[in-house]
Amino acid sequence: MIAASILAAQAPLSNFFTSAVILATLASAIRLATPYLLASLGETLGQKSGVLNLGVEGVMLLGAFFGYWTVLETKNEWLGAAVGIGVGAIMGLVYAVMTVNMRAEQGISGIGIFLFGLGASELLFSELVGTPLPLTSKFDPVAIPLLSKIPKVGEVLFDQNVIVYFAIVSVVVMTWVINRTTFGLNVRAVGETPEAADSLGVSVAKVRYTTIIIANMFAGLAGAALALELNIFQNNLTNGIGFIAIALVYFGGWKPSGVLAGSLLFGLVVATVNQLKTLGIVSGTTASLVTTAPAILTVLALALIARRASDPPSALTVPFTRGH
Amino acid sequence: MKSNYRKIIALLAALALLGAACGSDAASTDTTTAESGSTEGGAEFTVAVVAPSAANDLAFSQSMHDALERLKADGTISDFVISENMFVVEDAGAALRGYAEDGFDLVIGHGSQYGSLLQEIAPDFPETAFVWGTAADTFGEPNISAYSAAADQGGYVLGTMAALLSTSGQIGIVGPLEVGDAKLYIDGFKAGAEATTPDIAVNINYIESFSDTALAAEAATAFIGAGADVLTGSAQMTAGAIGVAGNADVLWFGTQSAQTQLAPDVVVANQVYHWEGILADLIGNISSGTLGGQSYDLTLENGGLVIEYNDGYELPAEVKAAAEAAIAGISDGSVSSMGG
Repeated sequence: MIAASILAAQAPLSNFFTSAVILATLASAIRLATPYLLASLGETLGQKSGVLNLGVEGVMLLGAFFGYWTVLETKNEWLGAAVGIGVGAIMGLVYAVMTVNMRAEQGISGIGIFLFGLGASELLFSELVGTPLPLTSKFDPVAIPLLSKIPKVGEVLFDQNVIVYFAIVSVVVMTWVINRTTFGLNVRAVGETPEAADSLGVSVAKVRYTTIIIANMFAGLAGAALALELNIFQNNLTNGIGFIAIALVYFGGWKPSGVLAGSLLFGLVVATVNQLKTLGIVSGTTASLVTTAPAILTVLALALIARRASDPPSALTVPFTRGH
Repeated sequence: MKSNYRKIIALLAALALLGAACGSDAASTDTTTAESGSTEGGAEFTVAVVAPSAANDLAFSQSMHDALERLKADGTISDFVISENMFVVEDAGAALRGYAEDGFDLVIGHGSQYGSLLQEIAPDFPETAFVWGTAADTFGEPNISAYSAAADQGGYVLGTMAALLSTSGQIGIVGPLEVGDAKLYIDGFKAGAEATTPDIAVNINYIESFSDTALAAEAATAFIGAGADVLTGSAQMTAGAIGVAGNADVLWFGTQSAQTQLAPDVVVANQVYHWEGILADLIGNISSGTLGGQSYDLTLENGGLVIEYNDGYELPAEVKAAAEAAIAGISDGSVSSMGG
């Protein structure tokens, strides 16, 4: 616990640079980054196959509501997370039918998914729950043997809940899948030149169905993870996380490792600003200005991305029609 | 009454999906919700509300919803409807105008961001009464009234209790934007705590959002990490912070609506807005022909602000006595809720 004197008005900046505060800020950054990471990992896979989904936010909201409601009714957080994933899979199937079979314009249909998720989650919350009730079950931290005993850092990095570990492991797995497997090769081919992939016998529809469904499963889990972390559901709980996750895909250059870096950086900036304000180091107008830092970071990242070597998949947002 | 507007929105969204799938480029990006303006038969006085958040937010919008439920139960009004989550001002304007066109007797803009909309809309409907808040300005229009909440009063009382209950001498406050009744509440809370224990540390984090539940939770976590053993906050995003307080066994004081259900073991007391008193006065004036020009204020003295203690929390008698003394002092004017 930090000394009492820290919580004083207009505290000096040096109060931030203590091990306790820095570690607390890192822990906060990891908590904040996890939903972004999960959602943007899924979106990365989808975009690698040429499918943009602006409905991530809506799928997250549905995953958050159904995950919350399931845990509220069953007190089983594992079931809640599974239901969040399942809801994502269903929404992914819907989106795949729209974008692959019906060749819908992806930007518009994604917004439709978002609106549906926003409205449906509100409706269901109102009808099935009514007024916010706290969850009594959540994922407890799981300490990794030995690593969690590393002084100070161990507790921050290696004593997280299972969702955080899953997100980190997913970065490694997705990197391997995209770069080292036949499926990953097909995903990249479909995202870059679907006509060529098709001519080589790769089913563009099958690949895109798979990536869209997996991407939405990640989004559903991201929503459920958020509700479980907060122990609560409210209307519009995700508050724009899904849209920022899409921006993080661009920031990360369509690479899982880049998305991880972007999510952690975004979480770290938000957590640092929050800590500076909480400790009274910044206040008033300065605090208001500092609060805009995450948004500025996002805009700068997107502006700079245009200058980088990483380009979006060539067939991103382009529906595939054989012979066209 | 909560009508079926969400179903309509969900249906519209589904139609948007279908339209997009069919290649349409006309799908709406409107994320707000709208509620049916229909009322059931036999209506004598009908009310329509446009609110910035959900009617079940356990905060600002719910306080108005609950007040209207009470007015409907006692027969003061025959029916009411609410358009929730009207955080986009343009959509709120369309809803306000729509309710006026539908012939509601009273149209409420329940948010300080709606003032300019009413100033524009009200002259077009001279036979309709409008009210908005929290604010005091009626713009000189004969059919606009305003209401506000002296949230600093209850804040002062709760701050008094917080200072007496804190053992670490650290109090944390999670605020939304530094405006309106949230600022009043927080200023009053700080004044009450410092008047009770002059050397107590009261730190405030305005997270610059009414809806970022995750960030509010992180602010609460940071306060607790820094030693705070009493927390409070204002607006609907504090649901996340209350959960953190509950998990950490840190005391919480609520405002706007009763928030005890979110953390029954740690919520000590709530300042609850009871709008029904001033709304009944307003409706009486409207019924007698005065459609606007009035300003109303919720206070401890007029019963619009009520300190509701959590029966599930064992509040020491001396703390409750101090709270009651503060209520009495503010009500008779011997105590300033802004300190000094």
